[in-house]
Amino acid sequence: MNAIQIIKNGIVKENPTFVLMLGMCPTLATTTSAMNGMSMGLATMAVLICTNFVISCLKSITPDKVRIPVFIVVIAAFVTMLQLVIKAFLPDIDAALGLFIPLIVVNCIILGRAEAFAAKNSPVASLFDGIGIGLGFTIGLTLLGICREILGSGSVFGLTLLPETYNILLFVLPPGAFIMLGFLIAIVNKIRG
Amino acid sequence: MKKLESSLLNLTLVLTLVAVVMGGILAFVNHLTEGPIQEQKDKALADGIKAVMVCNDLVVAEPVEVKQTVDGKEHTFIIYNVKDAQGKDLGAAVQSVTMGFGGDLKVLVGFDSEGSILGYTLLEHAETPGLGAKADQWFQRGQKGDIIGKSPAEPLTVSKDGGQVDAITASTITSRAFLKAVNNAYNAYKVTPTDGETGATTKEKEE
Amino acid sequence: MEYILIFISAIFVNNIILSQFLGICPFLGVSKKIDTSLGMSAAVAFVLTLATIVTWCVQKFVLDAFGLQYLQTIAFILVIAALVQMVEIVLKKVSPALYQALGIFLPLITTNCAVLGVAILVIQKDFNLLQSVVYAFSTALGFGLALTVFAGMREQLELVTVPKGMRGMAIVMLSAGLLSLAFMGFSGVDGGLRVLFGLD
Repeated sequence: MNAIQIIKNGIVKENPTFVLMLGMCPTLATTTSAMNGMSMGLATMAVLICTNFVISCLKSITPDKVRIPVFIVVIAAFVTMLQLVIKAFLPDIDAALGLFIPLIVVNCIILGRAEAFAAKNSPVASLFDGIGIGLGFTIGLTLLGICREILGSGSVFGLTLLPETYNILLFVLPPGAFIMLGFLIAIVNKIRG
Repeated sequence: MKKLESSLLNLTLVLTLVAVVMGGILAFVNHLTEGPIQEQKDKALADGIKAVMVCNDLVVAEPVEVKQTVDGKEHTFIIYNVKDAQGKDLGAAVQSVTMGFGGDLKVLVGFDSEGSILGYTLLEHAETPGLGAKADQWFQRGQKGDIIGKSPAEPLTVSKDGGQVDAITASTITSRAFLKAVNNAYNAYKVTPTDGETGATTKEKEE
Repeated sequence: MEYILIFISAIFVNNIILSQFLGICPFLGVSKKIDTSLGMSAAVAFVLTLATIVTWCVQKFVLDAFGLQYLQTIAFILVIAALVQMVEIVLKKVSPALYQALGIFLPLITTNCAVLGVAILVIQKDFNLLQSVVYAFSTALGFGLALTVFAGMREQLELVTVPKGMRGMAIVMLSAGLLSLAFMGFSGVDGGLRVLFGLD
């Protein structure tokens, strides 16, 4: 597989949001607006690229029995680094995502990709897999964020498009997250045939 | 390269090594970001004070912590006395917390030395998006619930409770909590020890 | 009274799954049958409460004491992973019957974000140990309630004809949305109770 194929695989064939259905907690919780959804997607992507690469480098010196603990330590370390950097330089994003930044640790996508891809492939291929799956996740979250924001607050990325009278409050509240994702999955199913 | 064998020695060695190396890197990153994180916090507070005092060029005195009992429960207020660059007294920014609809509602209110409201900002809240969360705009100048320029000497209340301030549509509890935070802040600033009667006229209880 | 408030608020008002979006994976994954969802709920209740006690102590007596707060995430996740392993081993030896019932759910719990989420939340909320335990246990009950009710809904869904495009996860998401909508009816109840108990 070449780099382009690996990336395309992450975005289309194994899209984490619409096909694999992994990492649903941040998907539902942080997509109240397009901006929040995209920030969460990019944060996860950053962690995924680093962990995939490092875990792939470590794979030959990691005995099978301590595989999972080693993965967890590496993932938690990168998540904490990201958390500190976001706190220091992007305080707005820290305020918007809050608890869900440390919770990237338990995002099934990260451990799942470490196990399914990075532990079996070369560091460079793993790097591209991280980019692909990360992009797929970011696209999914941004799409969901855009749909919820335009229906719920009448705007896209903060740009007001519809007057307040047409806002459907439900879509920025928790139930709206489930309902909107349900419809998006149905649409994706239809397109994929 | 062949995989290392899963002997006890290898297991312990690899796990410890990975943990130590990762811990070391983390300690280093923590050291690098410590300064910027503190700066961001200071800057957020300084910006908040500037915004609520409607003045860009000011000197903030050491914060004063005031504890007052409202409705039988102790509240902590932080008062930042503010002077302009020439040393003229501008009033104070007061931080006040009440219980909103979804959790703590922390506001920073700016008063001039007479006690009239100059501005306000929400520091922390857990109100419903699209309803109570509108409080960050609703009470600003020119908005429907404009409180700027008013003085809570006569406590501010929502029109439903016989007051003069329009509550946020469908969010009376948030509005009451917000006005209560403002009233409490005023009382703390004027350091008139309050009891249940003068401190709060809203029916909402708070923590 | 304060504890009753934490209890009710964690189960109904701020339900961990339906309003805080923690633990969605098991919510969607093991909610096909009521039996399995009950087993999962029991396992989560056990681990969540135990993990919260341990992580609370780690935070107060190790991380805070030595100024190592930045190691919070890494320490908590390792504690939780180790704890799950230990519970599995102990359960296998002490009560094979219980192990039979809960065993298959235990490995899934390590990556259940509700466990890590609650561990971090009680530190953020600055709860004392007893408050943390009550909060953790009630959150787990709320988890169980949402999971079991949802499993009931999904068992009924099996019996109806669903349009082709909506089959699978799509209809499951929509049903979850309706359940979450129902739970929104509880919002504000905690404020009312606060007044009722005269807690302010």
